[in-house]
Amino acid sequence: MTTPRERLEAVGNQIPPLIALIVLWMLLWGELSWLNLLVAFVVGIVVTVAFYLVPVQLSGRVHPLHAVVFFVRLILDIVRASIDVAWLAIQPKLVTSNAILAIRLHTRSDLILTWTAVATSIVPGSIVVDIDRESSILYLHVLDMHSAADIESFRRQVLDTEQRIVRGFGSREDVERMRGVPPANRRTARGADQNGQGPS
Amino acid sequence: MSAMLHDVFTGLLVLASATMCLAAGIGLIRFPDVLSRLHAATKPQIFGLMAVTTDVAINNFSVGTVTLVVAIVVFQALTAPMAAHLVGRAAYETEHLRPDLLIVDELKGR
Repeated sequence: MTTPRERLEAVGNQIPPLIALIVLWMLLWGELSWLNLLVAFVVGIVVTVAFYLVPVQLSGRVHPLHAVVFFVRLILDIVRASIDVAWLAIQPKLVTSNAILAIRLHTRSDLILTWTAVATSIVPGSIVVDIDRESSILYLHVLDMHSAADIESFRRQVLDTEQRIVRGFGSREDVERMRGVPPANRRTARGADQNGQGPS
Repeated sequence: MSAMLHDVFTGLLVLASATMCLAAGIGLIRFPDVLSRLHAATKPQIFGLMAVTTDVAINNFSVGTVTLVVAIVVFQALTAPMAAHLVGRAAYETEHLRPDLLIVDELKGR
């Protein structure tokens, strides 16, 4: 059925979620002790076995500085956009003009796709309506879009978020794909890549 | 002086949080369709929550509180988009949306 090696890899894939669960348990109890660690470990094992998660392909690379840049920028975006949406709700003259946009990301990794979807979705003003996993397209419902210029600037914002995530957490391959493409023809980047004549 | 600064800061955080909740409530009533209401219902709160939990953490500074606050904010941030996505997708697929409010719909026909 499966070779021992595959089984070992399957177990290995369960370790990051297990560690995350242990950390969560510690956070909830709010103290570090050996008893807590032991209980966390047991509960973590039970949860990972009982609620089996499809293995996620982790990139295995974290760049601390870029990761911090990403989180700080994310928090700033949340604050700024929250105020925008709150103002939109309160302002006397309400003109609703929204858009559903298809935004094609550069990454091929499920993890980066998910992170980007959550990160753009947590910033007020955009909701992920659908995802095309095969071709990494996010369909976003965006609040308060009035012109083509608004739409372009929003598109750029999402692609920049993706770029920050890739720099912080992406695999080497993802980073190279991002670097190899000048911003001017980013949107055609994937097609060019496939033809093997990506700009360098 | 420092105590007063502390009070002002605390007050500002609580006020910011309350304003966000108020705006979310108003938006929920005023926005015209499901998808735009979702924005009001799920989003300004994350900032409100961040402000009020930061306030709790500042006023009750201990390792236990700070870690709990981090856990609360992280899980709120991870789960709110999922809920919004599910409702949004259901609304789109059952055609509970008003095309007249959209200037572009690139999902149409997919």
